[in-house]
Amino acid sequence: MRDSLHSARMVAVSALALLLFGFPVMALFDVDVRLLGVPLLWAYLFIAWGVVIAVVAWVVRDAE
Amino acid sequence: MFATWIVVVASLAYLGVLFVIAHYGDRRADRGRSVISNGYVYALSLAVYATSWTFYGSVGRAASTGVGFLPIYLGATIMAALWWLVLRKIIRISRRNRITSLADFVSSRYGKSSFLGGLVTVIAVIGIVPYIALQLKAISITFSILRGPAELMTAAAVPGVPVLQDTALYAALLLAAFTIVFGTRHLDASERHEGMVAAIAFESLVKLVTFLAVGCYVTFVLFNGFDDLFGQAASRADLSHLFTHGDNYGEWLWLVVLSMLALLLLPRQWQVGVVENVDERHIKKAMWLFPLYLLLINIFVLPIAVAGLLTFGKGANVDAFVLTLPLVNEQPGLALLVFIGGLSAATGMVIVETIALSTMVSNSIVVPMLLRSGDAMTSRSDLGSVILGVRRVTIVLVLLLGFVYFRLAGDALALVSIGLISFAAVAQFAPAILGGLFWKGANRRGAIGGLIAGFVLWAYTLPLPSLAEAGLLPVSFVEEGPFGARILAPYALFGLDGLDRISHSMTWSMLANIGIFVGLSLTGSRSPAEHVQAAEFVDVLRRPTDGAHATFWRGTATVGELQTLLERFVGPDRARQSLASYAAGTGIDISAGSDADADLVHHVETLLSGAVGSASARFMVASVVDEDPLAVSEVMDILDETSQVLAYSRALEQKSRELEAATERLQEANARLQELDRLKDDFVSTMSHELRTPLTSIRSFSEILLDNPDLDVAERQGFMGTIVAEAERLTRLINQVLDLSKLESGSTDWYLEPIDLRQVLATSAQATAQLFRDKDVALDLDLPARVPMVEADRDRVVQVVVNLLSNAVKFSEPGVGRVSLGLEAGDGTVRVDVTDNGPGIAVEDHQVIFEKFRQGGDTHRNRPKGTGLGLSISREIVGHLGGQIWVESTPGDGAKFSFTLPMAIIDAVGSSTVGAETEG
Repeated sequence: MRDSLHSARMVAVSALALLLFGFPVMALFDVDVRLLGVPLLWAYLFIAWGVVIAVVAWVVRDAE
Repeated sequence: MFATWIVVVASLAYLGVLFVIAHYGDRRADRGRSVISNGYVYALSLAVYATSWTFYGSVGRAASTGVGFLPIYLGATIMAALWWLVLRKIIRISRRNRITSLADFVSSRYGKSSFLGGLVTVIAVIGIVPYIALQLKAISITFSILRGPAELMTAAAVPGVPVLQDTALYAALLLAAFTIVFGTRHLDASERHEGMVAAIAFESLVKLVTFLAVGCYVTFVLFNGFDDLFGQAASRADLSHLFTHGDNYGEWLWLVVLSMLALLLLPRQWQVGVVENVDERHIKKAMWLFPLYLLLINIFVLPIAVAGLLTFGKGANVDAFVLTLPLVNEQPGLALLVFIGGLSAATGMVIVETIALSTMVSNSIVVPMLLRSGDAMTSRSDLGSVILGVRRVTIVLVLLLGFVYFRLAGDALALVSIGLISFAAVAQFAPAILGGLFWKGANRRGAIGGLIAGFVLWAYTLPLPSLAEAGLLPVSFVEEGPFGARILAPYALFGLDGLDRISHSMTWSMLANIGIFVGLSLTGSRSPAEHVQAAEFVDVLRRPTDGAHATFWRGTATVGELQTLLERFVGPDRARQSLASYAAGTGIDISAGSDADADLVHHVETLLSGAVGSASARFMVASVVDEDPLAVSEVMDILDETSQVLAYSRALEQKSRELEAATERLQEANARLQELDRLKDDFVSTMSHELRTPLTSIRSFSEILLDNPDLDVAERQGFMGTIVAEAERLTRLINQVLDLSKLESGSTDWYLEPIDLRQVLATSAQATAQLFRDKDVALDLDLPARVPMVEADRDRVVQVVVNLLSNAVKFSEPGVGRVSLGLEAGDGTVRVDVTDNGPGIAVEDHQVIFEKFRQGGDTHRNRPKGTGLGLSISREIVGHLGGQIWVESTPGDGAKFSFTLPMAIIDAVGSSTVGAETEG
């Protein structure tokens, strides 16, 4: 039963990633602005990416 | 900049290091001490995903589209999050069925169809050729720049050289030799190459470290950090578009989807992810480590691209910025390091990809053809070496094909564009593989139809026009379509205009592929073999890892025939070994003449699958087994039965587990009951004995008094005194029994408060003073000036001390008897000692005396001196108060009874205030 919970979480994380890495969420950050000196969109994509990796690591650790 | 020999020596030295690592990995594997059996190496080996495309091409892509290089890695991250569901299932299936390549997987899924295996192999080889060309192009360009004149650094492209002077040719041949040495050492039933994986993991480290090094150099040495770099670019109108993405989300989404599929379906990813996987639990670590690797290696891509554009302008060779930036800034050491990093990216990909493709070509095309070509080949006894030869030739041919494609079409396209052609090719496997993994209804005709349609449309819309652009076909073919039929123009098929090339190609090929796959599956029927394999694949996670397989035929063969068959492919030693271990595991007879049962036949077929692919293994086994194929309805019955039996046995197992647990609980309860029953019996018999003794004496003395009314007063007084004493003893006994039963049942009221044990001891001594005086026994009180308070019920503690004191008196000799009462604070507890110089207690009685009605010594010979309940009651009280009671004694040398009580909380923490923190 726990396995199916973890599987559901993994699917949910990938869905979240798909949402964060595409239209329309990404378009919200697609403005020519620099945040602390770096392009906003570039910073957003890397931060969102890092968050997704952290969530995956959490789900996986919990499953062990 | 560099003399050619320096670059050559550096490259060879690097390959030498790889060689040593791979050799070491293989040696360790032979000794059974794997160096790759952990999640970290697994994740690093999966990072073979990052090739020259990532190392050089991403910067080129970023130089024109800004963040447009990223979806390739974001998509891979999404797929990695799904690995536990998809990759684990594929690994499980491959283990159970000894499937050693992607082509064999598809073939096996659709009823062990050798046509399908061949088809997948052809598509894979053709589809991957551009990708290999990409790696060769990267090696060739960077090599030329490194050793060439300074103008090359700023040139838009490296001019062509004659074939025999092209570095790529020699790189291809060298890599072929390297791959042959490590990829085709011997024919292994599981196709695993531990040394190669160790080398690939090392290469992943090299490319990450070198890329981060050059990224830091560019960002923090050439510029003053991200702020400075991006600030300079922002002030340039022609560069600001790099910082936004724009509206093209269609292409973005396709690239995400493509990379998701590629991460699973590229032959090299399949090789390291599935075939070389040591333990499926490693997937979990790789699920976040691998994306983290991708994130790190991509951080400096955009900064390097921007720095390159600021330094060289848009006219330069954008794919080579990683190398040319350190070169023009006079950093030859760093440049050479970058070259080695790029080399590691390229060689890693080429080595694994060609090994994977060579397994496919030999197992899914050549061997089936040899086997069907007639008896001449099938009867050769050394087919193993034939297969190895085929693989070696394949490796050389694939690399040369890559070189040819690079020479023909490589100049016209950027690195990333070449790579995407291959991504789109392997994406065509998705319906057949993913569909076949989760949908039992998928059938062979659907898979074949979908694959062919998708492949044809892919070839027509991507590689074919790229060849036309390279000048091999008239340009009008691209612009106006073949024979002027504009509707068939390869970049705007059926008039679908306005899409980028990848989206255009993917839209048409996937539409056709999925449509035909689903359509034919829904309208066609399935053969018995397909039914069995579909169930085996889709339900794999619900089956036991080494459980029985359903078969779709019945037949007979002798063990000898099967052994001969096995020997031809894996050699006589390993054949014998494998059969012997199977026999040892199952206990069946494997003498040559005996009949093989269905399980053994299946076992042999699975072993053969590892060596020659599942379709060929099926064919070979069928050639020696006298088979009688089953009809679809029979197979359906078996499958249905199998799944029912599985479900039923699962339910049974569950039930029996529950039963076992219940039985265990019952047994425990029963044992406890029996114990209680025994205690009760003991208690009743002891109790009646204890009650009868005083009652008997009371009755007999009363009878004497009744029968002899003329007894003199003195005698009468004596008898009456005994009667009173016995009655008192009886009362005391009953009181103690009641007391004990109240204590044991927990219905006693306790008044807990911090008490001073010195007062308690003084009270107890006073209460028993008369006893001591009567028997002429001395009592010493040895009380310290101050002791911590204890948390206890005062009256109960007095009861315990009085009990111990009266016991001590009882067992002391009049006149010489001496009892001392001591008190000592310990670690969180306070200890009370009652020491006497009586006869002492035998060691074996030290525990017993605390039990009910048990007294020291032989109670049959010596008249008991107490009720036998005092110590039991004391133990109950002390235990309830959280302390312990015990005795230390050597017979003949007195006894020391001690008990402890926990300090009151306030004293345990060092405060002397008596607070209200008491429980009650």
